[in-house]
Amino acid sequence: MSFTQLAFYFFAAIMVFAAAMVITIRNPVKAALFLVLAFVSGACVWMTLEAEFLAIVLVLVYVGAVMVLFLFVVMMLDVNLTRLREGFGEYLPIGGLVALLMVVEMVIVLSADSFDQQNMPRPEPHGEDYSNTKELGRLLYTFYVYPFEIAALILLVAIIAAIALTLRKRPETKYQNPAEQVAVQREDRIRLVKMAAERRKDEQ
Amino acid sequence: MIPLSHYLILGAIMFCLSVIGIFLNRKNVVILLMAIELLLLAININFLAFSHYLQDTAGQVFVFFILTVAAAESAIGLAILIVLFRNRHTINVEDLDTLKG
Repeated sequence: MSFTQLAFYFFAAIMVFAAAMVITIRNPVKAALFLVLAFVSGACVWMTLEAEFLAIVLVLVYVGAVMVLFLFVVMMLDVNLTRLREGFGEYLPIGGLVALLMVVEMVIVLSADSFDQQNMPRPEPHGEDYSNTKELGRLLYTFYVYPFEIAALILLVAIIAAIALTLRKRPETKYQNPAEQVAVQREDRIRLVKMAAERRKDEQ
Repeated sequence: MIPLSHYLILGAIMFCLSVIGIFLNRKNVVILLMAIELLLLAININFLAFSHYLQDTAGQVFVFFILTVAAAESAIGLAILIVLFRNRHTINVEDLDTLKG
């Protein structure tokens, strides 16, 4: 058994275990942490497929940003867990049956000859001078440049939507209005008065 | 050597685990969102496996786009969740019956 094979089966097992924990564990914070484990082992599985750039992106973007966002939200919300767990096992038989049927069907289909070593041999690994990032970038900035720009636009829309949804003005909070501060005139703040000079009382 | 079918079976198992997760945690919106993230991860494994075995980098470009859309989706989903919790003080799906659907 080669090292790649060993790594694949090892990380695949961890990934399936972590995914099973995510959907069954009681505490949402622990579920988010197991989701992190699933994504990191997923990135390691992607490494065995020579998708190095996407594996790193998965760790940086997903584990670094999206999962931290999940953790923030889970810790911010003060949820009553016992009510959310009501009827947890109620749908286990039907859900388990559907999922088991799907797995069995997929395994039967995928174990067919079309996907085995002879018909679909694993390609030779690339040499040391091969750069997955360069290859992906070359494709992304030529053939897929318009989809790439649309993806950027989707992210922009997501940023604006998330801010617009969660931003709220509380009447009781005090804050400065920079526009008013900048627009203020000299006359609004200072008043010059002309008057005759006066003596101090003790000098009189 | 690892045959292609093993990668595809791993993707199928992950997909089905997420489906069970959606069945089990249908009351908790946070876990539902996590199950959707797992589902997209399972799909990405299939894309990358075919991309590698067919020697076609286009599959990786698609994974790139799926990651983008998934990140946007989870950000908006969590924002909706926060607004929901602010207004109703619950994230239980059964309490969201204002529309009487």
